[in-house]
This record gives sequence, C-alpha cells and structure tokens, in this order.
Amino acid sequence: MNLSVMSNEKHHIVPYRLYIIILLALLVLTFSSIGITSIELGKFTVAGALLFAVIKSYLVLVYFMHLKYDKPYIKLMVAFVFAVFVVTIVITFLDYLYR
Amino acid sequence: MHTSHAENEANYLKYKGKYKGLLGWILSTDHKRIGLLYLYSIATMFSVGALLGLAMKFELLAPGKTIMDAQTYNATFTVHGVIMIFMIVIPGLPAVFGNFLLPIMLGAKDVAFPKLNLLSWWLYVAGVFLVLSALLFGPGTPDTGWTFYAPYSFKTGTNLLPAVFGAFVLGFSSILTGLNFLVTIHRLRCPGLKWTKLPLFVWTIYGTAWIQLLATPVVGITLVLIALERIFGVGVFDPALGGDPILYQHLFWIYSHPAVYIMILPAMGAISEIIPTFSQKHIFGYKAIIASTMAIAFVGWLVWGHHMYTAGMSGTAQYYFSLLTFIVAIPSAIKVFNWISTLYKGSINVQTPFYWAISFIFVFMIGGLSGLVLGSLATNIYVHDTAFVVAHFHYIVFGGTGFSFFAAMHYWFPKIFGRMYDKAWANIGWLVFFIGFLALYSPMFYLGMMGMPRRYYDYLEEFHGGNILSTFGSWIMVTGLIIIITNLVRSARRGPKAEMNPWHGKTLEWTVTSPPPLENFDEIPVIAEDDGPYNYK
Amino acid sequence: MEKSAHIEHEHYDAEASKVGMWLFIFTELLLFGGLFIIYSVYRFMNPDAFHLAAEELDTFIGALNTVLLLISSMTIAMATTSLQKNNKLHTLLLSTVTVILGLVFLVNKYFEWGIKFSHGIWPGSPHMMETMSQGEILFFGLYFIMTGLHALHIIIGLVIIAVAMVRVNKGTVHANRAALLENAGLYWHLVDVIWIFLFPLFYLIT
Repeated sequence: MNLSVMSNEKHHIVPYRLYIIILLALLVLTFSSIGITSIELGKFTVAGALLFAVIKSYLVLVYFMHLKYDKPYIKLMVAFVFAVFVVTIVITFLDYLYR
Repeated sequence: MHTSHAENEANYLKYKGKYKGLLGWILSTDHKRIGLLYLYSIATMFSVGALLGLAMKFELLAPGKTIMDAQTYNATFTVHGVIMIFMIVIPGLPAVFGNFLLPIMLGAKDVAFPKLNLLSWWLYVAGVFLVLSALLFGPGTPDTGWTFYAPYSFKTGTNLLPAVFGAFVLGFSSILTGLNFLVTIHRLRCPGLKWTKLPLFVWTIYGTAWIQLLATPVVGITLVLIALERIFGVGVFDPALGGDPILYQHLFWIYSHPAVYIMILPAMGAISEIIPTFSQKHIFGYKAIIASTMAIAFVGWLVWGHHMYTAGMSGTAQYYFSLLTFIVAIPSAIKVFNWISTLYKGSINVQTPFYWAISFIFVFMIGGLSGLVLGSLATNIYVHDTAFVVAHFHYIVFGGTGFSFFAAMHYWFPKIFGRMYDKAWANIGWLVFFIGFLALYSPMFYLGMMGMPRRYYDYLEEFHGGNILSTFGSWIMVTGLIIIITNLVRSARRGPKAEMNPWHGKTLEWTVTSPPPLENFDEIPVIAEDDGPYNYK
Repeated sequence: MEKSAHIEHEHYDAEASKVGMWLFIFTELLLFGGLFIIYSVYRFMNPDAFHLAAEELDTFIGALNTVLLLISSMTIAMATTSLQKNNKLHTLLLSTVTVILGLVFLVNKYFEWGIKFSHGIWPGSPHMMETMSQGEILFFGLYFIMTGLHALHIIIGLVIIAVAMVRVNKGTVHANRAALLENAGLYWHLVDVIWIFLFPLFYLIT
C-alpha cells in the first residue's frame, strides 16, 4: 500500500537550541511590548501592541508549529485563513467606520 | 459485469461485522453506512419540517385564525426554519451523498478519519434531540425565527436555550464533516487522480467543506454568546448594556450567508455529474466550473450584509455589499451556461434524474434572478421582509438544494441500494412535485410585491387569492412527495436488481458493483493519463 | 468490521493527522475570530471606557501568564524533538513541565478572577450595573468570556497532552508514530497564539 510510504516521510528534527533562541526572542518582544505601551503614544499604542503580537505569533507559527518545515500547501492554507479573517474584520468595519 | 463479485455476501448493506442489526449500523464507521444513516435521519426530520410547513400554509388559507393563533404560528415558522436549515439543507447533500460517494469517487476505501465521521453523525443526532427537547419541555416553543436575532432572543420567555445549544452541536457536526472531507480529498486521491481530474461533485464538496470549517465556528460562538446573555446576563448584544444588536446580525450572517453556499454548492456539483452523464458528453468548461465553484465559495463569504439592508448599516457598507452580491451572481451564471452548453449536441437520455436536473436549472434561475432583485438596494427596501423573500429563498434552498437532492437520489439510487426504482412512477412523482412547487411558491413573489409581509399568521383580504393558490400548491407538492418517497422506499427493498452502471457514467463509483462492496475497491484504482471523469466518446 | 478495523491499524498517515489538526485549528481561530471582531467593534465604539476599564486589570499577572505560556510552548515543542530522537524520558519530562506551567497559568487565572469578583466585578453584578458605563460593562463582559473560553482551551490542551503522555509511556506513540504528540503540541501552540493577542488587547492597551 502506498500509504505506508507516505507515513515514512522524513521529519525534520528541530534542535533544542533553536527553540531556546525563539523563546528568548518571544520574551524580549513581550517585554518590549509592555515597555512600549507604558509610554503615552496616543492611538499608536494599539497599533504598536498589535504589531508586537503579530511578530510573536508569526514566530510561534513558523518555528514552534513547524510551518517552516511544512509543505507549501499547508503554509498557503494558514495564510489564507488569516487573510480571510482580516478581510472579514475589514468588511465589518465598512459598517462601523462610516455609520 | 463482475457478477462473481456482485452476488457476494460482502456488499456494504449485507456484511456482518462485530455488531448485528441496528448496532451494526449506528456503530459502523463505513462511510457508506454513515451516508445512509444521514439519509434516514434527514428524511425523518424533513417529514417533520414539511408537516410544519404544510400547517403554516393551511393557516394562511384564509385571513384571520384558521388553525392556529399568532404565537403558535411564530413557533411553527421558527421550528420549521431551524429544522429545515440546520438539520436538512446544510448537512443534506454533503453528509448523505458526500459521505457515500466521496471516497469512491476518489478511489479510496473510506474517508480519512472514519471514527470522526461516525462521531459527526452522533453529534447530528444529539443536536436534533436537543432542538426537539425545546418543543417538549420548558415554558414554550422558541418563537424568534431561525435567526435567533438579538435582543429578542434573550428577552423571549420561550425555551430558547436547548434550540440554540442544539444548533451549536449541529454546527460542530458540520465542522467535523467538512474537516474530514478536506483531509480525505487532500490525502486519499488514488494514484493518477490529479486535482484537474476530480469529478466536479468532489470539487464542490471541497469548496463546501472550507465554508463549513471556517464559517460555522463564527455562528457557534455567536450562539454561545446568546446563551451566556440569557443565563448570566453578560452584556454583549443587549442595547441596554451598550451592545449593538446589528453586530449580532453581522456575526450571524457571516456564517449564515456562506451557509447558503454550503447548501447550493454540492447541489450544483450533483447537477454537474448528472448533466454530462445524461448527455453522454464531456462537461462543457470543466475548469470554468471549478473556478466558479471556488469563486462562489470565496466571494460568497464576503456578501453577508445583504441580509441587513434595512437594519441600520452605514451607506458605504450597503453599497459594498450590494456590489459584491451582484458579482457573486456571475459564477452561478457561468455554471448555468456550462450546463446548457453541455446539453448542446449531446445524445440526451431523458430519464428521471435528467428531469430533476433540468427543473433544477429552471427553478434555480428564477431563484437566482429574484435574488438580484433583493441584492439591489433600491428594490430591496421595497420587498424586504415580505413574502417575496420567502419565495426567493424557497426557490433557492428548496428549488435548488431540494431538486438537486432528488436528482442525486434518483441518479445514485441504483448504486446505493443495488436496485432500480419504478421509472414511470418516479416521473409522475417529479411532475406532480414540480407543478406543486411552482403553484406553492410562485404566488408568493406576487404577494410580496403587493406588500404582504412574511412571518404573520394573518393577512389583508386583498391577498386572499394568491394565498389560496399557494396553499393548494402545497397540497399538490406533498402529493408529489408522497409518490416519490413511496416509490423509492418500495424499490429499495423490492425493485429489480440494478446494473453496475445503468446510466453509463464515467466516474469511479460506476466501476464498482451495485451496491458497492464493503471496502469499495479490491485494489486501489489507478487513473491513466488520458482518463477523466467525463471522457465520453 | 473486523476487516475494516484491521485496515485502520495499518492506515497511519502522519500528514493526514497533521492537516486534520491544522484544519481544526482554523476552526478554533475563527471561533475566537468572532470574539475578536466583537472586541474591535466595541473598542471602536467606546475607546475611552475600554481605556479606563483596562486599567483595572493587573498587567503583572497578565505578563507572568504570558511568560508561562511561552515557556510551556517551548517545552512541548522540545518534547516532540526528543520523541523524534527516541528519548522517552526527556519527552515525558518536557511534557510534564508543559502541563505544570499550564496548571500554574490556570491557578493565576483563578486568583485573577477571584480578585475581580471580590471587587464586585462579574457579569451582571450590581456593582457593575450601578457604577460602570456601558463601555466598561462591555469590556468586562468580553474579558470574562474571552479569557474564560481561553482557559477552557487550556484545559482541553492539557487533557490532550496528558493523553499523549500516557500513550508515549505505553509506547504506542513513538518516533515513527509521533502524530498524537505533535498534534497535542500544535493545539497547545494555538492556545499560546490566542493568548499572544489577548494579552495586549486586555492588559496593555490602557
């Protein structure tokens, strides 16, 4: 059966060291986002905090969730789903921004 | 014919497994048995929903109270809606024919996760019982309409919680089915079956499954919020606590509009199988149909606001939603064009499934065009919440999905049960049903244009004529239904044995015996380079 | 049935399991997505009230929980690595650390909610109804719903990891059949990603 062939695809083994580096980066980003939001930036506070959140979740998705080593169609699906969500929220705001 | 295999004991209807009798069915992980479980459960619920519809039509036979008062009428259309939408048209084609056919069409032995598939059916049953419990217990049958609009949904004294929770569980069942099908299509295509060689029914299931997966959780959380508002008084949509009821409508329709495409896409897929088979001709514009399927699935996601033109949205949002609504009509029109073009110069074999398919195109076009009347801002304001809307979505949801369901039923019946139905009675049933359908819903277009609002048990004297015609239509249609169902039920047990490929179809399900063997294929088929699902000579 | 059961055993497709898990994660993302839409709309409608209400939340506890979840995400990712290296002991150890961190997160959450309750802040509480503006009521409603739903997902994630640990211990999940642990990890990371957004939206944007 060809199924057994499929299941034997080689996994990429990620070394511990890479995970530790990513964790450190995530922690630095967390504390930077706390720092940046404690400064009075007006309406840029939200944008700043969200920017940090996006970078952090990108790191988690790509390294912790192994997207870096996955096949292109899985990456495409993930990107597609996030795009769908962003489009949905933008369209919702077509109502609220112009009411 | 592989008679050696056809007469064996191991077809999926007959095999004996670990469990016997009923348990052998409700605990079976065989996709074909699960498909039939869905068929039987959906047929049961359909008869309940149809009876409620019949009762409503009877109420509208004359102005004033005929058989029920206003509150009963409100409860009736609510339960009719919840049953028909969440339990029948949404699972309908994917759960019954998707389950039965998808693995066979892919050349696989089962779906990717057979146990999860069984769990989906159990969740469906649980959801059904939860919703039905709302009717039997508590302070009264829900009366919000199937949309559960805020703020009435957390103010009404009726027993709404089980209905909302039941809809949530049904949604979960739908998500798991979609997930299962997506993985199946990605992973279990047989060797040589490239994406560009998939039968179109598989493609529509693929688009549908994405909508099921992505849209259903949105309504799921929205229903949870309604429940939380009712139980704990959390302020989310309650205007008294600062909430915005229109936001509820946004979230509800973010699911429920794409849900319309969950209903119609597999219906289109089934028609795309039937038309080429009965024309014995390659489908016209195979890739255009795939593209339009995916376009419908995607653009259909972005047009939810056209249900809310009168709710108080911003003008900008209204323009946007109206524009996109017109755009989403294009891929549907492409499909109709392709079906008609397939017929051109084909050697047409006029049989029952073909009648259903052709009448599907007819009613679907009326439904679709009347949808544009509703999608246009100026005319929508005029007919919003009138009988016109009811006529429109019954033409789409019942005329579209329902006709396609019967088309699919008559097309794949010999494959599923291994027996053929009585073709003469099937044709008579179709004709009576078709006439009844037109008589039932067409007058509603007129009544709506004249200003008869929907969801009232009473109406002005001037609407009497149209309503009489409509109610008579409902009786004719039910007569047709009885003929069709009696014929099918009888034939499933006593009909003449069916051949392996009675319609000379080219997709993989016609290469296995009728009914299919336990694991579909002794050997996983291999698709040759020049083979295809519609390669007729 | 016997025959098909036999096939199910033979049928192990790690990629199918992974894709299945991703698809489930998509569903979860849109489940929370609905709530994020509500949050953003109400924040847009009540900017000042949300600003005011967010100051009520303890940034320290929020930050602590963020750190805990990030570390636990790393340990469960490492657990997969050690499973692939056939190191059962490390796998179990790292998963245990993940579970403990998850439990500590829940304990923190419990105390955090407890403090809110003792201040008279819970959905529909008289204190909220009498002294708070509509925007603040919405903020706390969303706070309880979103962090509550997230905590529920933490619990589900912990259960999945626990099941995976039992199977690793029994030896039915190993280097060549790692899908269950990998999927448990994926789910746990999803919980982490959602928290990465919840944390700034509720605790930081004051």
